[in-house]
Amino acid sequence: MRHDISILIIGLLAVLTTASIVAAILSARAPKPLSSTLVNLTQRINAWWVMVALMTVAFFFGRYGLTILFALISFASLREFVTLTHTSRSDHWVLLGMFGIIIPFQYWLVWTAWYGLFVIFIPVYCFLLMPAITALHGDTERFLERIAAQQWAVMISVYCVSHVPALLTLDVPGFEGRNLLLIAFLIIVVQGSDVLQYIFGKLFGKHRFSPTVSPSKTWEGLIGGVVSASLLGALLSFVTPFTPLQAACVAFVVCSMGFLGGLVASAIKRDQGVKDWGHLIEGHGGMMDRTDSLVFAAPIFFHIVRYFWTV
Amino acid sequence: MNKLSLTTFTLLQTVTSVGLSALAWAVTGVRPIWNGSLPSDKQRIYFANHTSHGDFILLSACLNEKERAITHAVAAGEYWGKSRLRRFIAEDMLSSVLINRQWTKPEENPIEIMLSVLDQGHSLILFPEGTRNMTDEPLLPFRSGLYNLSMARPQVELIPCWIENMSRVLPKGQFLPVPLLCRVVFGAPVAVAPGEERRAFLDRAHATLLALNPRPERDD
Repeated sequence: MRHDISILIIGLLAVLTTASIVAAILSARAPKPLSSTLVNLTQRINAWWVMVALMTVAFFFGRYGLTILFALISFASLREFVTLTHTSRSDHWVLLGMFGIIIPFQYWLVWTAWYGLFVIFIPVYCFLLMPAITALHGDTERFLERIAAQQWAVMISVYCVSHVPALLTLDVPGFEGRNLLLIAFLIIVVQGSDVLQYIFGKLFGKHRFSPTVSPSKTWEGLIGGVVSASLLGALLSFVTPFTPLQAACVAFVVCSMGFLGGLVASAIKRDQGVKDWGHLIEGHGGMMDRTDSLVFAAPIFFHIVRYFWTV
Repeated sequence: MNKLSLTTFTLLQTVTSVGLSALAWAVTGVRPIWNGSLPSDKQRIYFANHTSHGDFILLSACLNEKERAITHAVAAGEYWGKSRLRRFIAEDMLSSVLINRQWTKPEENPIEIMLSVLDQGHSLILFPEGTRNMTDEPLLPFRSGLYNLSMARPQVELIPCWIENMSRVLPKGQFLPVPLLCRVVFGAPVAVAPGEERRAFLDRAHATLLALNPRPERDD
């Protein structure tokens, strides 16, 4: 497995180095002052260096590193989500519970591989108890809006994100001890699809996919990005339990889910009147701007692998 | 105070301020938005909306180390001077300036106390509403202190600072903060115009601060 991870890391470093060189050449040739697109491109690539470095460190620490990293990603995402939505003073304890109880408990369930409770803790127990606590506080103003926002916030930022480290708990015959590679595959394919959609969109984008939701998503970007990311998935099949064809199909499904995740995130941002979720990652926006595709892809990927490849 | 205890004293304040700034960042990811003014070690009075005990921690977390060392929050003596522990926290750890809103003796005159701090070359963080705002109004009317200080020391810059979301992070009466993203918007300096009346100036400063709120409809 060390060997496979080394190959992936070398591949990522090669891609990032190429990207940095291309951005430097484009910036050197472009008229000054640089256009905002070029400045943003350089910022994005620099942020990718940091994100790849952090992921590498997390992979180095294995199960500990990844569980903690994704718990922190949940924290940052949930914070961005709750900040954007309407909350009332009487929601204080429910909000505290979301950060202080739901995140640690959900990741503890991931850690102990308690699958039965892991899948229902949030959609059953939290979804029933959170509105109950809100109702007990007696504040009914915009009640449905508040509880809906709280539930969708934990669903997206905690439940969905926690499916990434939960991949480590699956027993795939013949793939024992190599589950870290499932996470690497998922992240590289989904984030790769985002980057490829961005590139295809910038180069060939003409026809808006959904002008009312997102001005930057185009049919050309979607098709070029998802198809090329599926090919990337096939290329990476050597680190997975899948054949190249299976890997391409799985990649196609998760990248399509990722695209829908980005679309839903755009709709929420537009509804709330903001352009980005936050400002944590220079050039990209907030944590949710980076994870919106992953949150939709992760549970589907988890269940595809669990249904078809585990005993 | 002898030399040793003076060193311990500043060490305590430095550790407290670095620790609180780190905590403020971990909970709120606080970020300054310089919208009309820039970081500077010029002498200033930062005036801000006030909804929570965390307000001045957030504001000072947006200043650099050098500015923070000479910037003191003005806090209510009736509250922070009540017990020895509170006084220790407010004065020794946070280096705030305590003033009594209901003062009787001449040496308690809040304006005189604040002017004496300004005359040492230091900056102030002032909450001109005079109390934490618990109403549905985004900003209460200003008290006169800002006007009096500016008339007495016109060379000191008055910087409006809108602190976002803090009422949601730490509502009055709550002890544990909810992690939400906060920004502090620093606006262009305000000054008393020649011949401007007290109330007219205070209302103008009030409107300037209110206009900095980046998401007015969200501040609930």
